[in-house]
Amino acid sequence: MARELLLEATALGRRFGARHAVSDVTLTARAGDVVGLLGLNGAGKTTTLRMVCGTLAPSEGAVKLCGVDLLERPLEAKRHLGYLPEIPPLYVDTSVREYLDYAAMLRRVSRRRRRPMVEHALERSGLSDVGGRMIRNLSKGYRQRVGIAQAIVHDPELIILDEPTAGLDPQQVQEIRALIRSLKQDRAVVFSSHILGEVQALCDRVVILHEGRQVYEGHPEGGGAGVGSGYRLCFRSPPALALLSQLPGLEVVERIPSGYRVVVHLDSALDALIARSVEEGWGLQELTPERPTLEQVFLELTVGREAAA
Amino acid sequence: MTAAIAWRELRQILASPLAWIVMALAQGAAAWWFLLLVEQYRTHYEPLVVRVNSPMGVNDLVLQPFFGSALLIGMLLLGMALMAMRLVADERRTGSLQLLYAAPVAMHQIAAGKYLAALAFLTLLLLPWVLMPLTLHGATVLDFARLGTAFLALFLLAAVFAGIALFASTLSIQPGLAAAVAVAVALLLLGLNSGVDAIAGRDDPLADYLALLSHYQPLVQGMVSSMDIAYFLLLTVGFFGFAVHRLEILRLQA
Repeated sequence: MARELLLEATALGRRFGARHAVSDVTLTARAGDVVGLLGLNGAGKTTTLRMVCGTLAPSEGAVKLCGVDLLERPLEAKRHLGYLPEIPPLYVDTSVREYLDYAAMLRRVSRRRRRPMVEHALERSGLSDVGGRMIRNLSKGYRQRVGIAQAIVHDPELIILDEPTAGLDPQQVQEIRALIRSLKQDRAVVFSSHILGEVQALCDRVVILHEGRQVYEGHPEGGGAGVGSGYRLCFRSPPALALLSQLPGLEVVERIPSGYRVVVHLDSALDALIARSVEEGWGLQELTPERPTLEQVFLELTVGREAAA
Repeated sequence: MTAAIAWRELRQILASPLAWIVMALAQGAAAWWFLLLVEQYRTHYEPLVVRVNSPMGVNDLVLQPFFGSALLIGMLLLGMALMAMRLVADERRTGSLQLLYAAPVAMHQIAAGKYLAALAFLTLLLLPWVLMPLTLHGATVLDFARLGTAFLALFLLAAVFAGIALFASTLSIQPGLAAAVAVAVALLLLGLNSGVDAIAGRDDPLADYLALLSHYQPLVQGMVSSMDIAYFLLLTVGFFGFAVHRLEILRLQA
């Protein structure tokens, strides 16, 4: 059975005056998914997430949260949503517990259920010890956790986190990653980041944005998506570079011990290569397809091909 | 929902020392002015009133100048400026407005919650002014009906000021600018007729009708007219509507 579609954002676009901040971005998430939104700073990640959360109206496109149209029935749709903006929306003059209680109230959690839910959110976010402290007196790491706690306090189906680990120390980053992993059962988590490793460590699916456009969607291990397919070749007696370069549709990228890394542009190039190897006695020992890593995909799509090579 | 937002907002307002400083200042100034009027009455007016056998008394010569004074309105303006700094501008600056925007809460509920908090604060500010004359109760005969209309006048003025504060607060992310805009709008409304009359060189009936003071003064004098009350309510609803609209625009544009 297909898992429930919790987030369905189609062809989202946003203009600020004449500038297109985001155009034609499609984002989906099913229960159990962790989706990463990756992009350089200024790529349109925050704008996209804000449109998905209804805190910014899209210029075009549609958003459905748990099957409810966000633009037509915003109040109903937002009930399913927990959102951590780029800057945690904290009231620094209140205690952590009081703040979470207020956040739960805003999400229409009944008075009776609020207390246990607040305690549960405190526990999950590792805040049990500081529940009575004023938010003003907390460190940045703890404030970020309070921000995450307010996003999960009402147990929403869809959790959207904008740069949840920005500015935290490595240990805090690990803790928040563990929290995100633990959240994904029966829920969908969408988060943005400009850190590749983080996306690879956490996500089932990655969407890469560049200059407001969606340039990649797929598995975090990379592969596919419009990048030329690379191979690693090893020979018993490697041919000269010039000989190999003569083969049509084959481009040598790098010389490696006893072989080359190549990019194949024509399907027939591999056949020609194998035939030539048998003919000339190069002794082809290894022909391994190399899927580009997410890093290569990311750099190639964002910075340009030269930088990736 | 609205009540919960208002309650949190009011607690937040009262948690800041600035609110208490403003309240203390306002109360101090009002008490000083009140004492001055009582003293003036005792030493100057009382013998005069007795001599000419005038029907005027404390209610006319102390309470009316007290409630009609620019000082009280000025103190109310100060409270309003503080509200303009806080309500929306501050939340936009710290980013906490996003919590409300992403929650299943309608824009008019957010606006109503904040408006009620501002009105509650301004009411707290002006309540001691109405209670202060009660200290004269044992010594003289107080006209409670007039005290009541004075309270109504101040409360309606506060209702309009809370609306102006809310609207001004949505206009700028800079608290200082929001406060300045609120005070400017309020002063313009208060003294509209005197400015226009001075320029025109005669009484301008339209400006007189539009100005706040020409509806405030009759109430302080004890004349309750539904026209005046309707005027205050209309202004309040108008500024509240502008504020809701601005909050929507902030979500669309920001």
